[in-house]
Amino acid sequence: MATEARVAIRSPSDIVTARQQGRALAAQAGFEGMDLTVVATAISEVARNIIEYAHAGEIQIQVVHNGSYSGVMVVATDEGPGISDVEQAMLDGYSTSKGLGIGLPGAKRLMDDFEVRSALGRGTTVVMRKWLRTGE
Amino acid sequence: MQVPILKQGDYVIASIQSALTDDDLLQLRDALVQQVGRHRSRGVIVDVTVLDVMDSFAVRTVRDIAHMTRLRGAETVIVGIQPDVAFAMVQLGLKLEGIACALDLEEGLSYLSQKTKDSARRGY
Repeated sequence: MATEARVAIRSPSDIVTARQQGRALAAQAGFEGMDLTVVATAISEVARNIIEYAHAGEIQIQVVHNGSYSGVMVVATDEGPGISDVEQAMLDGYSTSKGLGIGLPGAKRLMDDFEVRSALGRGTTVVMRKWLRTGE
Repeated sequence: MQVPILKQGDYVIASIQSALTDDDLLQLRDALVQQVGRHRSRGVIVDVTVLDVMDSFAVRTVRDIAHMTRLRGAETVIVGIQPDVAFAMVQLGLKLEGIACALDLEEGLSYLSQKTKDSARRGY
């Protein structure tokens, strides 16, 4: 069983593919119900950011482990214009595109870990993870 | 994947059958705005029961449908938002303020019949 998927993001229909793959891998990592929707929705938002700002990029999704925890990691990369002020881009309501400004901060709220690395003119990488709550 | 739109009395009902791309959503919006005129509908129901994700684009398009059809004289009600989807929408900060939502198709129909009855009584 594959524990990793890569989806090229070139058109809006790839957003649907990315979130469906993400949901499938999250299910494989052991997530259920609401968490599956949450992961799929976060993937949808970061994929949408790729289309809106960079026009093309890639989403990698993989099942990850950290000690006894398992989870799912999503890496969204593009070689678009980059973000000049990442801190500002993470503020609610901030958007330079026609979106609603909920993309990155919204996705962050849905996930457990969230990092953005960006260099002007070189592109943006978003790494986000969600960990499975174990019944401790 | 085109969304089937059924005419039922004074209403049109869009019953989403599968995950929709952005283009599908825009096509649905345009089709509903047209059909409201063609059938002289008083109400629109958008059934999103099967959607497992409503991201910012989907929410914005649904909102646009409600506003555009209202400008054409029809009231829209969104039915069938799943609990998980509602949770993710709230986490994302996505709102459908001012737009009628109902639990399911049955509740949506009863909302519309109430709403259109009220406006008939007021003589709109």
